[in-house]
Amino acid sequence: MRYLPLTDDDRAEMRAKIGISQIDELFKDVPKADLNPAIDLPRYKSEMEVERHLSKLANKNMAAGSVPFFVGAGAYKHHVPSTVDHMIQRGEFLTAYTPYQPEIAQGTLQYVFEFQTQVAQLLAMDVANAGMYDGSTATAEAVMMARRVTRKKRAVLAGGLHPHYRAVVETTTQFTDDIVVAQPPQPADAKAELQAVIDAIDDTTSCVVVQNPTVAGHVLDLRPLAEVAHAHKALLVVAVTEVVSLGLMMSPGEMGADIVVGEGQSIGNGLNYGGPYIGLFATNKKYVRQMPGRLCGETVDADGTRGFVLTLSTREQHIRREKATSNICTNSSLCSLAFTIHMTLLGEKGLRALAKVNHKTTQTLKAALSGIAGIDVLNDSFFNELTVRLPKDAADVVEELAKGGVLAGVPFSRLDPNAGHDDLLVLAATEMVTDEDIAALVSALTEAVQ
Amino acid sequence: MSMNSQGRPTAAISGGAETASFESFSGHRGLRLAEPLIFELGNSETTGVDIADTGDFDLSIGGLERTEEIGCAGLSEPDTVRHYTRLSRLNYGIDMGVFPLGSCTMKHNPRLNEKMARLPGFGDIHPLQPIATVQGALGLMEELSNWLMTLTGMPAVALSPKAGAHGELCGVMAIRAAHEARGDARQIILCPESAHGTNPATAAFCGYKVKSIPGQANGRVDVAALKEALDDTVAAVMITNPNTCGLFENEVKDIADAIHAAGAFFYCDGANFTAIMGKVRPGDLGVDAMHFNLHKTFSTPHGGGGPGSGPVVFSDALKAHAPLPYVEEGKDGSLEMREWAEEGDTTFGRLTAFHGQMGMYVRALSYMLSHGSDGLKQASEDAVLSANYLYACLKDVMSASFEGPVMHEALFDDAFLKDTGVTTLDFAKAMIDEGYHPMTMYFPLVVHGAMLVEPTESESKYNLDQFIRSMRGLALAAKAGETERFENAPYFAPRKRLDETLAARNPILRFTKPDEA
Repeated sequence: MRYLPLTDDDRAEMRAKIGISQIDELFKDVPKADLNPAIDLPRYKSEMEVERHLSKLANKNMAAGSVPFFVGAGAYKHHVPSTVDHMIQRGEFLTAYTPYQPEIAQGTLQYVFEFQTQVAQLLAMDVANAGMYDGSTATAEAVMMARRVTRKKRAVLAGGLHPHYRAVVETTTQFTDDIVVAQPPQPADAKAELQAVIDAIDDTTSCVVVQNPTVAGHVLDLRPLAEVAHAHKALLVVAVTEVVSLGLMMSPGEMGADIVVGEGQSIGNGLNYGGPYIGLFATNKKYVRQMPGRLCGETVDADGTRGFVLTLSTREQHIRREKATSNICTNSSLCSLAFTIHMTLLGEKGLRALAKVNHKTTQTLKAALSGIAGIDVLNDSFFNELTVRLPKDAADVVEELAKGGVLAGVPFSRLDPNAGHDDLLVLAATEMVTDEDIAALVSALTEAVQ
Repeated sequence: MSMNSQGRPTAAISGGAETASFESFSGHRGLRLAEPLIFELGNSETTGVDIADTGDFDLSIGGLERTEEIGCAGLSEPDTVRHYTRLSRLNYGIDMGVFPLGSCTMKHNPRLNEKMARLPGFGDIHPLQPIATVQGALGLMEELSNWLMTLTGMPAVALSPKAGAHGELCGVMAIRAAHEARGDARQIILCPESAHGTNPATAAFCGYKVKSIPGQANGRVDVAALKEALDDTVAAVMITNPNTCGLFENEVKDIADAIHAAGAFFYCDGANFTAIMGKVRPGDLGVDAMHFNLHKTFSTPHGGGGPGSGPVVFSDALKAHAPLPYVEEGKDGSLEMREWAEEGDTTFGRLTAFHGQMGMYVRALSYMLSHGSDGLKQASEDAVLSANYLYACLKDVMSASFEGPVMHEALFDDAFLKDTGVTTLDFAKAMIDEGYHPMTMYFPLVVHGAMLVEPTESESKYNLDQFIRSMRGLALAAKAGETERFENAPYFAPRKRLDETLAARNPILRFTKPDEA
């Protein structure tokens, strides 16, 4: 077996040194009747055979890059520069452990420190942590953090929050003290949706969670919401599922956010059918000790040379056990590395340019969709995502178009089957979308809605 | 002087120790290159990508344009490659040498797995594409599920948890949902003292009080104390098996029976499953829920701290409460994805957006297919054999905490360092100078100055012997009073010991420009 370096001779010598003759003498603590069960699974395969087997499965899937592609709703198809994937595959990054031995992990620690800085800059917050599983779990952690900070329990979720995020918050907090009040989605009316959140705030509210742009793509001015939340001593939690938008849109920090969570997949990370991704988590300095997750900090070594270490770990499970701020024991480090490399390649200039291309492409898409009889575009404002009303069931239309090799977007019913918005379709247009893609979509949609 | 295999004399490699009386003008030291932060190298006007200039146009973002500076510094592409290449050289990884980090299972990460995960049919598909366009992805999830269920003898699996601790959350939530479904408001979870910190943290997260169960002198759970603590207020017992002392809980079936007799569930932390692949199935031992760490047992890369993946297998008693989403057989032989609860479902809910760590599923399945059932069993046997070989070769100079045989890892304590002035930390740092990543130190908490050594199945006998030579050398040096090797170690690493107290007292968690600081 190619991954197992021991030879039979080695094994025999090692058994002799240990003083046993059979390997199963080492498994003497396993109940005898249960040792070495029959396992009905295939035997050893060569590298070539594994490639053949898995390629066959992969080929059954329709890859985003092979068709006109407009699917978003929390995961986005962006161009990732080749440098990113080459750099993250350096064995010193790929095969390292969590940097608990900082003298031989400065590579990881320095990029984590740089990542924390970039995320804080992007979200315009004081501090960011080293990363979470993804945007949805980061949102749930934010709700629980707000409870610890405010010592209040009632979290209000806006209707424009991604329904998967809402479900994750509800699931994760069902056995804690949190009380989660989720507003219903109003994808056709962003103003009413925002007003409903404002109206739901009271003095028992720990936080309001609002996504910007919303899952339907609307861009919100959160300053009035921040004002009302703060007047009730509640925290404003802003979720950002498309971080490229921050190259063009006013930042959550500037709008008054107290905690910002995000899905960082758009920068540096592929679609990967939903994971692994990278959750972003940032807040104000005064709340740092209530933050979940790992933090990297600057220090010096015994010679006075600058270096980095994991710090403030008295918040974490390996020190505090049942009193920890979270049970999390990862920072999706390699995904944060992909994020930080892509971000370094972009720089502020590149990010702003990328955001503008996304926005302009989506304007083109909006104009094209608006020209189709029977289709209504619901967005007055948007970044790179639109919601349209179709004259028939959106899921049927999407499936029909997929058969013709166009991936048209996400039917709202897929996001939330019980919301009663079966005729709505959410479409995203990134820099990857060409004029030909839009033409193909328009032609297929025109036919499908007739 | 020693001889290499061609018989030519070779001297020890020099270059790490400070021998010159001057510093270089650049701050570099040959191949040890000093590397500033991006923010010190680049600026917000530099970019390493070519993006079409759209010019100015009217925006449709509701008048909410970002006018303030973002501040993200950019680098050109060549400088970016150089920055990360230089940083990478400050790291130790499995690719460089023995990485004996106990309970972390730092085995070889096959590059075939990386290649497979990057096939466009896996890496470039969207989680919300029409199900008809991702039948191969669902097929892969089904195949992985089958491997995990067969290896454990368990009837159900939830793939979506994002990491081991998330898997624990998944298991404990299903347990709580099962109790609540039968109107049973139990409040306590029992964890052994030797448990990983995530176990009690997870239990608390699900609203449970945590009670600690002592260990026996032989390193196993004290079954009498466990039985004493079990009553109708106990919801579950969380036990790691093989445990964090590297030992198999030999009374596991007795434990399972006692747990079930009390109406509680048996949660097994599967962090150490690498020791028992194909050797014994947790389902045969009475386990109700167990998470895997695909990044330990099934070789998906640790990546410097994630991403992980923590699927959970369930017994019949719990499977109805497993989380969404999951793959199921549809009509006409196609596969479906169940994403939302329907009338009558008893699932506890959704743990993450989308469907979990697909990229890790591909890598793990690639590892499993490569080994086959025969190879996985051999891998477990080799891991256990190697750990016992280390144990046998070290126990006369280091202090083994418990009697063997051990499973895939061997636990030592600091008794052998008594009166030497050398601590476990010092010993670990001296291993860095020997060219090794240190073992897990000060965990588990049940022995003083713990050193938990896990070689995995990936090491050749030559590598093991070299490692043993260093470990014996260090142990004997400590006992001989050669404290210089230890007290300021590491000497040859990119950094000397770092001041963690300073970092915590005055946290600097991001770069700020000198004029803003």
